[in-house]
Amino acid sequence: MSRERFFIEGATLVDGSSADILISDGTLTVGADAKTGSQDATSIDASGLIALPGLVDLHTHLREPGYEQSETVLSGTRAAAAGGYTTVFAMANTSPVADTAGVVEQELSLGLAAGYATVQPIGAVTMGLAGERLAELGAMAASRARVRVFSDDGMCVFDPLLMRRALEYVKAFDGVIAQHAQEPRLTAGAQMNEGALSGTLGLAGWPAVAEESIIARDVLLAEHVGSRLHVCHVSTAGSVDIIRWAKARGIDVTAEVTPHHLLLTEELVAGYDARFKVNPPLRREEDVQALRSALADGTIDIVATDHAPHPIEAKDCEWDAAANGMVGLESALSVVHKAVVETGLLGWSDVARVMAQAPARIGRVERGRPVASGFRADVVLYDPNKTDVFDVDRLAGKGVNSPYLGRELPGRVLWTFHGGTATVRDGNPIAKDEAASLAKESEQHG
Amino acid sequence: MRHLLSTRDLDRDAAIGILDVAEDMADVATREVKKLPTLRGKTVVNLFFEDSTRTRISFEAAAKRLSADVITFSAKGSSVSKGESLKDTAQTLAAMGADAVVIRHSASGAPHTLASSGWIDAGILNAGDGTHEHPTQALLDAFTMRKRLHGTASRGKDLDGLRVTIVGDILHSRVARSNVWLLDTLGAEVTLVAPPTLLPVDTNQWPAGIGYDLDTAIADDPDVIMMLRIQAERMNAAFFPNAREYSRTWGLDAERLVRLRPDTMVMHPGPMIRGLEISAAAADSPRSLVRDQVASGVSVRMAALYLLLSGDREVN
Ligand SMILES: [Zn+2]
Repeated sequence: MSRERFFIEGATLVDGSSADILISDGTLTVGADAKTGSQDATSIDASGLIALPGLVDLHTHLREPGYEQSETVLSGTRAAAAGGYTTVFAMANTSPVADTAGVVEQELSLGLAAGYATVQPIGAVTMGLAGERLAELGAMAASRARVRVFSDDGMCVFDPLLMRRALEYVKAFDGVIAQHAQEPRLTAGAQMNEGALSGTLGLAGWPAVAEESIIARDVLLAEHVGSRLHVCHVSTAGSVDIIRWAKARGIDVTAEVTPHHLLLTEELVAGYDARFKVNPPLRREEDVQALRSALADGTIDIVATDHAPHPIEAKDCEWDAAANGMVGLESALSVVHKAVVETGLLGWSDVARVMAQAPARIGRVERGRPVASGFRADVVLYDPNKTDVFDVDRLAGKGVNSPYLGRELPGRVLWTFHGGTATVRDGNPIAKDEAASLAKESEQHG
Repeated sequence: MRHLLSTRDLDRDAAIGILDVAEDMADVATREVKKLPTLRGKTVVNLFFEDSTRTRISFEAAAKRLSADVITFSAKGSSVSKGESLKDTAQTLAAMGADAVVIRHSASGAPHTLASSGWIDAGILNAGDGTHEHPTQALLDAFTMRKRLHGTASRGKDLDGLRVTIVGDILHSRVARSNVWLLDTLGAEVTLVAPPTLLPVDTNQWPAGIGYDLDTAIADDPDVIMMLRIQAERMNAAFFPNAREYSRTWGLDAERLVRLRPDTMVMHPGPMIRGLEISAAAADSPRSLVRDQVASGVSVRMAALYLLLSGDREVN
């Protein structure tokens, strides 16, 4: 049986032009030639829909192995597909921690078998994320998983000497250290952004300086040893200033912002609803504005979800006891649309850059390529025209800890093509058996 | 009143309303039979995730004087301390038919979560949550001040123009927070005095003046000086060098005591550490209202329970 082919008629490309797209054998044909090969293809009327490159998330928590009650590679990549993602970088804080070649290869295989999206494992910087000894960085880089991004995310690589060594070591294979910038002593017991509101709510503060001081240290270290640094989930205006300074100085640093830090503020904590508990915490309106501007002017390179699923009981409790984190894959594109496209800061070609091309480049994967002839068929068809209340039906992973439930968000992912396979059809992710068998089939086709 | 979670939610009329009902309750305490039949058949649960014998006993006495059935859940030795969730505990209490839950919890916002979760329909009364609020403590403090100012003519009065200085660990104090909001609502002027390490980083929006120097605050001639407890764990966390320096700089010692007007009210929410934040001379002086505070506690808590449980429950 030959693979299903798709003829997408009249999609809007990111430059605003309109074109037909043919998806055949996992490859794109865009423009006048598309029609030529369209016989027997499934036809999709794409008028009014935007065709974006398949999104690439540099920061996803898939929870498997070890925390399968929260998420699995299968459920997490299904959530990714629902959100228009075709590649996700899986964070290393699983159990066991992804600190050896064996674990990252397992992660890679699980992704291939599930078939919803490419899973590119991230390796831990230190053994067991303990911050004491380097993990097997070289072995992970040389493994089938070809790891290039290393992160202790969830924990900060706090020891400055260890951070220096890690930055230096991964140069050997063009790796990057993705730092979760959080000074641990300044944030012991921290529950929310430190400021006027934390004082009133009686919640222990997470001061901006705890993020900024680590970023300042790390950019200077990266400069000193001539290494590549990536800063995870930048959340404060002060961090933006430091990164802007570092880039002006020629330091090889990249930075990400999460969708929630682009849209939500600390005011939401006032009701002690643990869905809004996240690390780094939601910040002030001034921070949100600074992050948006930084994304627009290139100081911040990418949007990454920090998709962090948790079981219901981890959020259905008092604030202190609740877990940090939000699911984000399914809502990311709509949130970016609302926060920076509707506000006129970014156009759709910028969205393609910050959500596909740049994250792929930072992570050194051949993904996030433009929607153009000859490229791998990773494409999202996004309907930007309708605004809906975001409800639980939109969530396709195991976690329902979304801060957007009940809020109006614009747009909707209608089709996601992963290497030419439709993982989302007309707004619905395909069944898991279908995803798995299509993945097997496309592997056989090469 | 559906719940009592925070003094920040109380407007002037509601606050005075509670204090006035507390006056009625205080009158009951002077009678030979100290018990009212008002809450007969109602079940009040004292849910204490944190040890506080004083507050728990005060609430128990208040509920019993109103003839309510009282069930006390203490964290120690119960399933609560073995990791049972707040949700499970709440649902158990709901199944037992609790009409009101008096909750003390180490997590700020836990009473708020209980009240808004839908796990239980009972009225929720915050008996101290983390470093957030302790509304009945502030109400009993206000009751005590008003009584000292106006005696038997207290009903209907606020604390207009009363100058109150609160000294000590403001950062971690739920008592200070509840007092700041309530005293401001009642028209008092509040000044907070503490080492800078024990103040929240940003108090710009608090209706209170901030000072670091106790002697200046005393020279300003306050009507009330309220000393807060310093907890032992602060000593080892670099909030100040040591107990001696704290006591010398921010303690109400005998020498500072004599600089206060004879009618300045000295208050302390207890338990006191004599010799640290307050000297024995100050605690036991005629200016001290510490024992009045304890007595007011029962009356104020009776009032709160009464308003929570009598009459028609508003739907919100
Ligand atoms: Zn992180």
